[in-house]
Amino acid sequence: MKVGVVTFPGSLDDVDAQRAVRLGGHEAVALWHGDHDLRGVDAVVLPGGFSYGDYLRCGAISRFSPVMTEVVEAAGRGMPVLGICNGFQILCESHLLPGALIRNQRQKFLCLDQRLRIERTDTPWTAAYAEGQEVVIALKNGEGAFVADDETLDRLEGEGQVVARYLGENPNGSLRDIAGISNERGNVVGLMPHPEHSVEELCGTGTDGLGFFALATLAAEVFA
Amino acid sequence: MPRVVVDVMPKPEILDPQGKAVLGALPRLGFSGVTDVRQGKRFELEVEGEVTDAVLADVNRMAETLLSNPVIESYTVRVEQDA
Repeated sequence: MKVGVVTFPGSLDDVDAQRAVRLGGHEAVALWHGDHDLRGVDAVVLPGGFSYGDYLRCGAISRFSPVMTEVVEAAGRGMPVLGICNGFQILCESHLLPGALIRNQRQKFLCLDQRLRIERTDTPWTAAYAEGQEVVIALKNGEGAFVADDETLDRLEGEGQVVARYLGENPNGSLRDIAGISNERGNVVGLMPHPEHSVEELCGTGTDGLGFFALATLAAEVFA
Repeated sequence: MPRVVVDVMPKPEILDPQGKAVLGALPRLGFSGVTDVRQGKRFELEVEGEVTDAVLADVNRMAETLLSNPVIESYTVRVEQDA
């Protein structure tokens, strides 16, 4: 599959995400924030970083970039979209995912090896995992606390839209230990931890993140 | 030049870690008696011509779509008179 990785002004992890896509066995296609088309990709990754310097709110300005109009439209048709960290923030600002991400409860930027439990596996991004599987994936964020009103949180839990949860001590104050969520359909996933940093033994936290980039079999299912 | 001010504040039910940090710093500096601090943003918009209802309606739309995130923030719009 061709997987597009969008570079916004201030994206940091776009090249790592492209590498992870290739390690996952797919072709990585560089997409530019000013693009008006998605160059025929089958899936899109919005990478981590500090697009537009996190000015105004994280992801608030990127949301209005030309490529996001295309991403929102494609997501509506069922194209798999994964937003990592800043990408997750952009997905929330775009209303592709509910809720918002605010400053970590303890104000500090975090960088650690984080244990997670994968809870939703019927998404194109998490189908390689077993439900309830525990993984260790790099976590690094300053504004990673997921918040939403109780009604939204109940709905996310009730509909099985919580994709991953933090294990152990809650690192950033995310409500209900939420590390990642999906839309109802499951094609759009937002994740605060960075699976693209956990794809090789040489560096990072092992290879637990690779599953997010396997994509493989499930695209067919999602497009059906 | 008329100025329209948009104040954006975190909703009361949303934890405001920045406000909390400021609240924590005050006693350390010897200031007492402050029981809570909320930190928000103030936008000053210089607009052309008269501030009509249409202009205010536009500013409200700006506040709703860009200046604030309605999931976590509320906003108020007001016109500031020239000094």
